[in-house]
Amino acid sequence: MCQEGRSPVFLQSERFGGTLMKKIVELKNISKSFDGETVLDNINLDIYDNEFLTLLGPSGCGKTTTLRIIGGFEHPDQGDVIFMGERINDMPPHKRNVNTVFQKYAMFPHLNVFENIAFPLRERRVPKKTIEEKVHEMLSMVMLNGFDHRRVTSLSGGQQQRVAIARALIGQPKVLLLDEPLGALDLKLRKDMQQELKKIQKATGITFIFVTHDQEEALTMSDTIVVMSQGRIQQIGTPQDIYNEPKNAFVADFIGESNILDGTMLKDLMVRFSGTTFQCVDKGFAPQEPVDVVVRPEDVDIVAQEKGMLRGVVTSVTFMGVHYEVIVDIGGFKWMIQTTDYVGEGEYIGLYIEPDAIHIMKKSEYSGLYGDYSSFSNELDELSDPGEESEDYE
Amino acid sequence: MTGSGKMRRVVLAPYSLWALLFILVPLCFVAYYAFTDNSFAFTFDNILRFFTATSEVEGKQVYTYLLIFWRSLKLAVISTVICFLLGYPLAYFMARSSERRQKVMMTLIMIPMWMNFLIRTYAWMTILQDTGILNSVLTAIGIGKLHIIGTESAVVIGMVYDYLPYMVLPIYSVMAKMDVKLLEAARDLGCNGMGVLKRVILPLSLPGVLSGVTMVLIPSVSTFYISQKLGNGKFFLIGDAIEGQYVANNLHFAAAMAFILMVILLVVMALMKKYTNKRVYGGGDSF
Repeated sequence: MCQEGRSPVFLQSERFGGTLMKKIVELKNISKSFDGETVLDNINLDIYDNEFLTLLGPSGCGKTTTLRIIGGFEHPDQGDVIFMGERINDMPPHKRNVNTVFQKYAMFPHLNVFENIAFPLRERRVPKKTIEEKVHEMLSMVMLNGFDHRRVTSLSGGQQQRVAIARALIGQPKVLLLDEPLGALDLKLRKDMQQELKKIQKATGITFIFVTHDQEEALTMSDTIVVMSQGRIQQIGTPQDIYNEPKNAFVADFIGESNILDGTMLKDLMVRFSGTTFQCVDKGFAPQEPVDVVVRPEDVDIVAQEKGMLRGVVTSVTFMGVHYEVIVDIGGFKWMIQTTDYVGEGEYIGLYIEPDAIHIMKKSEYSGLYGDYSSFSNELDELSDPGEESEDYE
Repeated sequence: MTGSGKMRRVVLAPYSLWALLFILVPLCFVAYYAFTDNSFAFTFDNILRFFTATSEVEGKQVYTYLLIFWRSLKLAVISTVICFLLGYPLAYFMARSSERRQKVMMTLIMIPMWMNFLIRTYAWMTILQDTGILNSVLTAIGIGKLHIIGTESAVVIGMVYDYLPYMVLPIYSVMAKMDVKLLEAARDLGCNGMGVLKRVILPLSLPGVLSGVTMVLIPSVSTFYISQKLGNGKFFLIGDAIEGQYVANNLHFAAAMAFILMVILLVVMALMKKYTNKRVYGGGDSF
């Protein structure tokens, strides 16, 4: 894509399997605290040209603060923000070639749709005719043709969202920051906007940095996901990496559904958990090293009791549309299994797990906190939408 | 519907009665007195007198009341502008402060209003006198004496002091409601500090400015006591003229002046409202 070795910003990316990509934003050892409380703890992150990167994590994990530091609304206590090779720690927001789509859109209520979108161009004293052309171009991009003279306060949430995107893109920034932009929309509209945002990102080639707490949104939209927790980056990777090879119990639990078990690595390709020894595909651990074992609910097969590698009793069955969600008690640990075969509550069943369905992780501070479904309740788990996930990732 | 309509009327009755007795009826009396002579016969004389009466000032023939009115308007506008220039940044600063500080500042602004206006004016007399506190301080720090009492400046100082809270409070209440995200959005979209002020803060606070200006301009146009005490009676204002005629038991001409003042202020307010309606919240262009 870029010519080799031309300047320090043309660096080899590990993330894209050796293709040459231009680093556009670099965060180096960023730390930030508010009132003595650490919000960001030594964040290191490279963001590349043209990518759709998502900062994903629960509220309070520091994702929005990271975004605000890139936008120039917060200043790091320590570390450097590099933009296209230049340190911009002290550059005010209006001088950065970065625009933001704010959480609740932040439309200017005293201006109509046209003037809201034209706002950045008016500031730059762009000729009137050019402004008119550009605004109309933007309006058709976000499919709001003919809305020029409407008041922004008369628009629906989805329409305001589109105006906010048009307004942020009209100045052709190098990077667009999106702070949970879809949070206020209903589910159907949110799905449509996800597709549309992705399309806009591809069409414009602008780097999108997207903040969300919705793991499904992150999986469907991103080129790269950065999972954050407690002010630290837990894992950086493609959606497939993050889902299939979670780095620790936090990531495994936060992204999708996971059974996370306490295990011991006997030797390469052999792990013991739930009192049984399994073949697996992981190696490179010390002999007898304690590990966390992840088994995704959709990777477990239900078989007759005598054929099972593990045996247990079904404690609950929930019909989810495409599949059933089955909770199985195996020696006191409750597993979640997603299956299209019906089993009855109270039935004794066997579980069969293929070696490549087992993922081994190093022990971390999050070990033992997640991955048991003993207190599982569908109603409480409103964010999970497993029907969709199993379709996408099986 | 009729039930609730009836209910509304019952609930509103005391207020309607109040408005009728203490607003509408007195206004009718003012108009009635303005257009009648001492024997209560209809006449335009009082109104005409306001526009035509002349007198000699420093050897020149001038229209007495038009001159007084012009002077009142001039001092009122100057006071209003100064109140705006002082009050707007103060309101902005207040709205952006911590909640605690907002409360403290609010109280500090309100406290002078709890004291009687005559006492406040007397206090300013002692401050501004040639031998007053201000001049003692100025002399002590080597600047020398300033002659302020009895000048237009003294009158303006008094008015600004009295009316500043009426400018600050409405602007503050609009500013406090303003979404901080809008200011961030403006900066994000390329505005420097001045740009944010000009393109977002100012237009969004216009309704507050408008009511602040109204609440300062109107009482300062009709001010009377301040000019007598701080202006040493040299700057006869329209309020003083009305008071003078009233005290001299010339009720009909006093009413005529009050009536004219009221009509002029109404016209000014209507124009101001029409002008700002076009600008507030994108008016004209929308729909």
